[in-house]
Amino acid sequence: MEKEIKDKILTVLQTVKDPEIPSVSVIDLGMIESVHYESGIATVKALPTFMGCPALEIIKKNIVSAIMELEDIQSVQVDFIYSPPWTSDRITDEGRERLKEFGIAPPPVFFEETGMWKVDCPYCGSGYTTLENIFGPTACRSILYCKSCKNPFEAMKPISTLM
Amino acid sequence: MTIVHDALEAKQNDEYRKALSELLFQLADDDFITAYRGSEWLGLAPHIEEDIAYSSINQDTMGHAAIYYQLLEQLGFGPADALAHSRPVHERKNAIILEEVNGPGTYLEEPRYDWAFTVVRNYFYDLYKKIKLESLKNSSYEPLAQAAVKINMEQYYHLMHWETWFRQLTLSGGEAKTRMVRAIEKVWEDFEGVLTFGAVGGELAKHGLIEGEELLKKRFYSKIKLIFEQVQLPEPAPSGMKSGNGRNGEHTEDLKSALEVLSEVYRSDPSAVW
Repeated sequence: MEKEIKDKILTVLQTVKDPEIPSVSVIDLGMIESVHYESGIATVKALPTFMGCPALEIIKKNIVSAIMELEDIQSVQVDFIYSPPWTSDRITDEGRERLKEFGIAPPPVFFEETGMWKVDCPYCGSGYTTLENIFGPTACRSILYCKSCKNPFEAMKPISTLM
Repeated sequence: MTIVHDALEAKQNDEYRKALSELLFQLADDDFITAYRGSEWLGLAPHIEEDIAYSSINQDTMGHAAIYYQLLEQLGFGPADALAHSRPVHERKNAIILEEVNGPGTYLEEPRYDWAFTVVRNYFYDLYKKIKLESLKNSSYEPLAQAAVKINMEQYYHLMHWETWFRQLTLSGGEAKTRMVRAIEKVWEDFEGVLTFGAVGGELAKHGLIEGEELLKKRFYSKIKLIFEQVQLPEPAPSGMKSGNGRNGEHTEDLKSALEVLSEVYRSDPSAVW
């Protein structure tokens, strides 16, 4: 029974999207660390992508209201935790595809030795791209330009504990 | 070294809680005022890409201050919002150089801000912040160590950003070079205020919260020496603390007026969402 409800919670969390990237769910972003259910009370431990992300409160509210829709739920608690820290390799394969659909390149490979990234254009797939600004419209994104299809685009920043 | 796992445990040892809160207030207040001064550049940065980058950095940095204030809240020091907005000037622990105005004028009226000063101040501050974060990753207070791992990943990009500005402007000729040299002198006169932990500094290392002040300073100076060599500047003498020690609650009019502006909304409605 509890296992069943937990599965339902995980399924409904697929409908909770990042308010700033509406094609990707909090599950696909790797933000959900654990889900716990016991006698009517659901507890979700979530990882913020960036510390100053202004969307956190909205995400929290959306998680709560999505789970409250389910049967057998009396209350929902969402805690943001920092350990383990969120890193960009937590994004699922599904999440990487959804990011591309939205015109955002998934987190590129980060070469530690040189500090260089390799980012393919999310529109045409070309690797002939340049980094315009490491910082983008949100804390987790950068601004790039594709020299093949001449589109500006964004990429998720690579974030790793090795940095 | 005994690991302290949470606020509950920390509260059982008065001495430990006191040393820990001292450190947290310094970390929080430094980041808080740095993010505020940075936010005053919004719309005024040298070009649009920089405007985007700098506001992103300030948003992160304010997030860092917020997590330190939250850790203080858990230790029983009252709500994080109140800690950020309503503590009087003499209770603030930030270094004085970080509170200094960006330049003459105000955000709304003739802001003649000094970009060279901003680049130098941010670069040196972020350089030392990174050194402190590396040490905090091994803090005896587990929640702080975890926060440091998280903050450090964001700090990587901040430091890279200011390093690029610092090198390019300092290695250029003409006005840029002259102004950078002048800004370095100005920041240096008070930078010791960032490097010190103030009167209670010894307590922090004793409890394993962070490594000793002298050790961290040594790391900073050897890094600075290397960078100054690379940009062909003579190695600087030890920095000073001309305007006083912010860690001990000494501050200037600049902080007073900054706090008045930034807490205006909070004071008019303390229940407003931060």
